[in-house]
Amino acid sequence: MSEKGSIIYLEGVVVDYDGFKALNQLNFIVNYNELRVVIGPNGAGKTTLLDVICGKTKPATGRVIFGKDLDLIGKREDEIAKLGIGRKFQAPSIYGNLTVWENLDLSLKRDSKGVFATLLSRSMAAERERIDRTLETIGLKDVPHRRAGALSHGQKQWLEIGMVILQDPALLLIDEPVAGMTDKETEQTGVLLQSLAEKHAVVVIEHDMEFVRQIARTVTVLHEGTVICEGPVEKVQADDRVREIYLGRQKVAHA
Amino acid sequence: MGQLAGDDPAVREQAFRTIIDTGDAALLASLDEALADADRATCVAVKPVKDLLKNKLNLASDSEEARRSAAADLGTSGQLSAVPWLEQAAAKESSRWVRYAMEESAAVLQLTAGDEPAKIKAASALGSLRSQNGLPALKDLAQQLSGDAASGAAGKPVLLAAQAAIDQIELWGTWSNVFETVFRGISLSSILLIMSLGLAIVFGLMGVINMAHGELMMVGAYATFVTQELFRSYAPAGLFDSYFLVSMPVSFLVAGLCGLILEATIIRFLYGRPLETMLATWGVSLVLIQAARVYFGDLTAVTAPAWLSGGVQVMVGVYLPYNRLFIIVLSILCVTGIYAVLFRSNLGLRVRAVTQNRNMSACLGIPTRKVDAYTFAFGSGLAGLAGCALTLVGNVEPGLGQNYIVDSFMVVVTGGVGKLAGTIVAALGIGSLNKFLEPSFGAVYGKVLILVLVILFLQRRPSGLFAIKGRHADS
Amino acid sequence: MSADATDRHARNGAEGLTFWFVGLFLLVILPVLNVLPGEDSWLHVSDFTLNRFGKFLAFAILALGLDLIWGYTGILSLGHGVFFGLGAYCIGMHLMLTIGKESVYGSDLPDFMVWNQVKELPLFWKPFYSFFVAVFGAILVPTLCALLFGYLAFRSRIKGVYFAIITQAVALSAWLVFNRNETNLGGTNGLTDFKQILGFRLSEPGTQRVLYVITVLALGGAYFLCRWIIQSRTGKVLIAIRDSEQRVLFSGYSPSNYKLFVFVVSAGLAGLAGMLYVPQVGIITPAQIGVLPSLEMVIWVAVGGRGTLIGAIIGAVGVNFARSLLTNYFPELWPFFIGGLFILVVLVFPDGLVGLARRLTPESLRGLAQSGKPAPASEGAAR
Repeated sequence: MSEKGSIIYLEGVVVDYDGFKALNQLNFIVNYNELRVVIGPNGAGKTTLLDVICGKTKPATGRVIFGKDLDLIGKREDEIAKLGIGRKFQAPSIYGNLTVWENLDLSLKRDSKGVFATLLSRSMAAERERIDRTLETIGLKDVPHRRAGALSHGQKQWLEIGMVILQDPALLLIDEPVAGMTDKETEQTGVLLQSLAEKHAVVVIEHDMEFVRQIARTVTVLHEGTVICEGPVEKVQADDRVREIYLGRQKVAHA
Repeated sequence: MGQLAGDDPAVREQAFRTIIDTGDAALLASLDEALADADRATCVAVKPVKDLLKNKLNLASDSEEARRSAAADLGTSGQLSAVPWLEQAAAKESSRWVRYAMEESAAVLQLTAGDEPAKIKAASALGSLRSQNGLPALKDLAQQLSGDAASGAAGKPVLLAAQAAIDQIELWGTWSNVFETVFRGISLSSILLIMSLGLAIVFGLMGVINMAHGELMMVGAYATFVTQELFRSYAPAGLFDSYFLVSMPVSFLVAGLCGLILEATIIRFLYGRPLETMLATWGVSLVLIQAARVYFGDLTAVTAPAWLSGGVQVMVGVYLPYNRLFIIVLSILCVTGIYAVLFRSNLGLRVRAVTQNRNMSACLGIPTRKVDAYTFAFGSGLAGLAGCALTLVGNVEPGLGQNYIVDSFMVVVTGGVGKLAGTIVAALGIGSLNKFLEPSFGAVYGKVLILVLVILFLQRRPSGLFAIKGRHADS
Repeated sequence: MSADATDRHARNGAEGLTFWFVGLFLLVILPVLNVLPGEDSWLHVSDFTLNRFGKFLAFAILALGLDLIWGYTGILSLGHGVFFGLGAYCIGMHLMLTIGKESVYGSDLPDFMVWNQVKELPLFWKPFYSFFVAVFGAILVPTLCALLFGYLAFRSRIKGVYFAIITQAVALSAWLVFNRNETNLGGTNGLTDFKQILGFRLSEPGTQRVLYVITVLALGGAYFLCRWIIQSRTGKVLIAIRDSEQRVLFSGYSPSNYKLFVFVVSAGLAGLAGMLYVPQVGIITPAQIGVLPSLEMVIWVAVGGRGTLIGAIIGAVGVNFARSLLTNYFPELWPFFIGGLFILVVLVFPDGLVGLARRLTPESLRGLAQSGKPAPASEGAAR
């Protein structure tokens, strides 16, 4: 993908939960092939931002433009997913009673995901190959037929990332991928995300500053529903306002 | 007196007059005595006289009810001579509604038997009394007169007066009907509300619909019944009426205890599996119903205490029974009580905390398990109280809970989770809609229509009226 | 192939074998034992028993559909009695019309209409003179009703407890409406006193035997339909919906369409069950389609073991068998029994008889030891 310009463009987005403005006149732009990390204290609106992009939450006002001129407002979640936006949730969200293979197989990008097309569909060799490759990428190639519910927490996280990859999205939205992972797993995840960013645009929400420094090129800081700072890690860490809202709440190493 | 059974109508008439005009209580007694061995024809002949006399005497009775029914009886007797009695009695009468009955009856009598000016006066009197009882007489008169109208202008003023009165009465009738429908709607709503409150609190807190809620009501109703029987057997007769005051806390506690047991033995093992909980509690309800049927038999009635029988007439044609008023007041008290518990007490604070975020509450050291148990018991107690209230308007039977239960589920679903206001509005809405649709659609189709409306409503708001919005809303 | 996969294969094989064995028994052996041995032989299966089994197997068809929607997809419908009833009433109306002059009042109209002083056959009854309209209607009417209701319910994402309550309210409403006399469906007494079907006398054992065989075949067909759905990718999506509807949605599937599909299929199966039930039992009343029967149907599936097709069949036959025994000998105990069953199944063995059997077979114990994974408990339901 070599397109120029923004893949997702949010302008003046407001999300109102009974008077509490989870997002307040938010503007947010991510370009093609960008790996963007969004940080911010609890309740800053990070997850809500992802919810708005993938259609889970309907903003009160504002515009959400995907690619050149595709308005996402009013579209259903599955329609948005089919347009090429993949979402990984904070808590691993997989199908516990299906095998790892079946989990991936269902997520695979297909022409039609309607009931009857799916009912009659057969597994293609090319599809199987893709799943095999993904299994390798996410380190689950030894357990394709294990029930996904029986995987470890870290494996579940990876499985979900694998599922999102197989959707072949142009934009990946990833919510706290390393929560609950061991240091080694965290590092591997970082590598994985960076390799993904070569082909896709990726938005990652993360709390772990160590991890943020590992992967981030550009960081966006959210606070009370608006962007207060954006730029390379160093610039963000040096920003006075960021220190003001952030430092008191969370230990940023070496800051 | 023998003349009353005589052959000559004139003689009979004469005897009749004499007796009525001079009659008093003593004569009534002697009439009874004389009739003891009279033949059938005499009995039949004397009967109206006796009735008339009795009613005349009753007009001065001490009992309000007796005066009122005497007045009503006289109104249908067709005896013009009763008019002055009624008017005299009305002048002395202190109770507004008895006086109303007297005036109404006098006017009806004059309308049927009086001369023309009296008729006009009576018609307009009935009109301004908005008398429903006078309506048939007025309509008869109007029909008869308009039939006669061709024969001349003689009855014209009477006809006009009668027409005006009919219009007045019918307009009033429409309004009082509306008023009564509203009242019945509110009354049904408050029953639904008391039932749904407990259900809704538990649903909000634990995500559980207790399908045995109706049976906890039944338990409350039987607790009331048992309390009544105990009072009947052991308490002094004068205290009997106060059994109801005792039965209210008793039914609350008994049902609450049942809820506590239910929670400890079943519900707590099913936490986080709401659908399974529904099935298990439905099983409980089947067992409870059958147990009640085996133990108590099929039908038992609770005698409403005397202070709740009867009612109050607030305006012409609108009569509000005390038991229904009591239920409305009780539901208001319940709502206030629950608000007090939820927003002013320590337990309430915890309940609200757990409702909003169970995990966080647990982290903060709130014993969520205990909160669940107490809340469930409290909700069950409310069901028991509802059952106690239901004994005022219906029989106590094992299937008692089933009659309203689906309606109250609908209330909870329509009201949404987590906010009592939703439950209150939904109960009022569904209850009154039920009563408003009933006249034009019938009870059954009214219910079906409400279901359709609820489904359509959920199209717009799938999680009810006052769903909590936010990130945790659907997790 | 990993140990998991072999384990699963073995289980499928065992289930398949069981199925063929049971199928053979029901389809061939039972009817043959009904016809061949003399009345006093211990092998003889009485007409009554065969007929009763026919009824149970009709229920099993419904249970299969209910299992699809509840066991696999995780949607609890408490209104399947309605779909069953719609199917049953469709064929019932046809059978009513074929009574003709044999009725008590000797009128062309069904007896209850004469009784209710209905002078002319209502318009909606007229198509049911045709047997084929009745048979297709028995499947089509419930299907269309499910389509309309399901569309409204799933589109607005009514789910879980909400869906259960709304379907229960539908069951209540349907029960109320069918009970009314002016709907011309026989009121409380329902439709009964049927005499013949396609010219065959319903009182003849031969007719009943044929109906029984048709029911077994229909059950087999329903089983294969369900198995086909479950083993297809759509079936996986259904299980996925139960496990994580959100993930399904964000994978580009529309869960509401899938739910609608499975709801409609299960309603069609319920209608088919109702259609087969009526000529064998000879009566259909509103009492069979209300709130309580609809709930009992769920319990059949739960007892047998939801999420397994064979479990649904076992549950439907088992519970109804127990019912016919208990209501015969201890009628007042039945509510305690079914109520206790509701509680017991949910609390003690949530995977039903099939789950219990699996836990007890040495084979799966071995599989457990090898792969070190927990028994296939219903994790999706534990959400």
